[in-house]
Amino acid sequence: MIHPIPPGTRDVLPEEMRELRRLQTALLGVFDERGYGEVATPALEYDEVLTHGGGRGDHAAYRFFDESGDLLALRSEMTVPIARLVATRYGQAEPPLRFCYIAGAYRAVNPQRGETREFLQAGVELIGAPAAGGTVEVIEVLEAALDAAGLSSAVIGLGDADLYRDLLSELGLGEEVGEKVLARLAAHDLVGVEEELDAAGVDGGGAEAFLALSQLRGGAEVLEQARSFGAEAATRAAERLTDVNDALGSRTGGRRVQFDFGLLRDLDYYNGAILEVYDPAVGRVLGGGGRYDGLMRRFGLDLSAAGFALNLERVHAAQIEERRRGEGGR
Amino acid sequence: MSAPLRLAVPRGALFGETLDVLDGAGVDTSEVRGDSRSLIFETEGMTLVTVRPSDVPTYVEAGAADVGITGKDVLLEQSDRPVYELLDLGFGRCRMVLAGQKGSDRLGESQRSLGTMRIATKYPRIAERYFESTGRQVELIEVKGSIELAPLVGLSDGIVDLVATGRTLKENELEVREEIVECSARFVANRVAHKLRASEIDELTAKLREAIRR
Repeated sequence: MIHPIPPGTRDVLPEEMRELRRLQTALLGVFDERGYGEVATPALEYDEVLTHGGGRGDHAAYRFFDESGDLLALRSEMTVPIARLVATRYGQAEPPLRFCYIAGAYRAVNPQRGETREFLQAGVELIGAPAAGGTVEVIEVLEAALDAAGLSSAVIGLGDADLYRDLLSELGLGEEVGEKVLARLAAHDLVGVEEELDAAGVDGGGAEAFLALSQLRGGAEVLEQARSFGAEAATRAAERLTDVNDALGSRTGGRRVQFDFGLLRDLDYYNGAILEVYDPAVGRVLGGGGRYDGLMRRFGLDLSAAGFALNLERVHAAQIEERRRGEGGR
Repeated sequence: MSAPLRLAVPRGALFGETLDVLDGAGVDTSEVRGDSRSLIFETEGMTLVTVRPSDVPTYVEAGAADVGITGKDVLLEQSDRPVYELLDLGFGRCRMVLAGQKGSDRLGESQRSLGTMRIATKYPRIAERYFESTGRQVELIEVKGSIELAPLVGLSDGIVDLVATGRTLKENELEVREEIVECSARFVANRVAHKLRASEIDELTAKLREAIRR
């Protein structure tokens, strides 16, 4: 007798569960060793709390009314719930605060794409540690987590969330036009970016610099190249990233870091450094994060913050794929 | 050393010009041009795989191909597939249009008296977005081929389709009523490959840009 489950959800059977549990234990070990205390928050929150996240990404795909008529929603990630938790429970605590989690999150998906409505995230939040030191600590934890997961070829792309907002206002573009350009950029449509800039009357040189900047990625040498564009926004972003690079260099971290001026995250609470994790063995992004100083302010706390989240199921898939490659094959 | 860059080449209407542009960019396409039934071709520093144009985004999104070439019409129809659109290659130029029967007001009539139009198309998502953005209700009928037949036999009031020369429309007594978007061939890249194989992809992009300028 087959009793169906909704598309985009799944059962986990013992063989996979054993491997997932081993991965979780390894990650929690890394987080715990570095002083990140594990927390759990309810999967259901008041919709109003989750809307604090804002942004292009839908903050909650599943909403419903409870028995007293309040609007509830399933969380789509853990950063906003933890910001809420810190504001409520640790308002008077001495920063920095360190928390980690392994938790389910819920998003609307295209189930035929192998995306899931319910997926497991493993991540940390470092609250009250400003840039660049805080950013560097988060990167180091992430590197250790990737080591613990055995992903030897995973790379961390590091970019800057303020770059394009600043650059568009430097080009004198209004909010409406700027949003159009950003939407094209977020869709990775460079041909469209060029068309929008052209339609907005940005001259050829300005558009070319904008596009070249969005393609600038690589080792520390690109930090110098970014300054050569002569755009103040690019120079400021390069300075912020250089600070992170210097701080990484003075410690042991940074082996996996690649700088990427084309990076954009789809949540608008980020500012300053943002990051994404890739593995050459899989064509998808394994996780991401960055600084979100502004988010804590939305919850009434003037604290800087940074963190990351890894998609556990994708990390697991990358483990298997790296193992296959190690045994030969592509 | 990692495997050579894998490029998805579209078979079909864009095939010939794609190979010409690749030649111009210094990619050896002589084997692909032969009448081999193979689907994978190893060339100097690059692997070419030949697929249907509409499958290019699928291969590239999954990372089964690192880069690829396909039409903007395909990318628009599959806009939910996140790939980097790096370059407009300029060839394969055509228009996505709304067409109706010549001399007939059937489209307008349906709109006025029924408040909706029946539209046959191979591009339901492009058509849906277009009519939604212009504030009109339509019933979309998805067909796989010979769209021009649909209005002739009363399956639909009009069609949304790709037009290059307009000859097929003319031969079937159809005419362009509205232009939706211009399309041409695009060079696309997988999101992760774009980051992790940056120098190879940048180099190929630059060579392609140079090749289409000539």
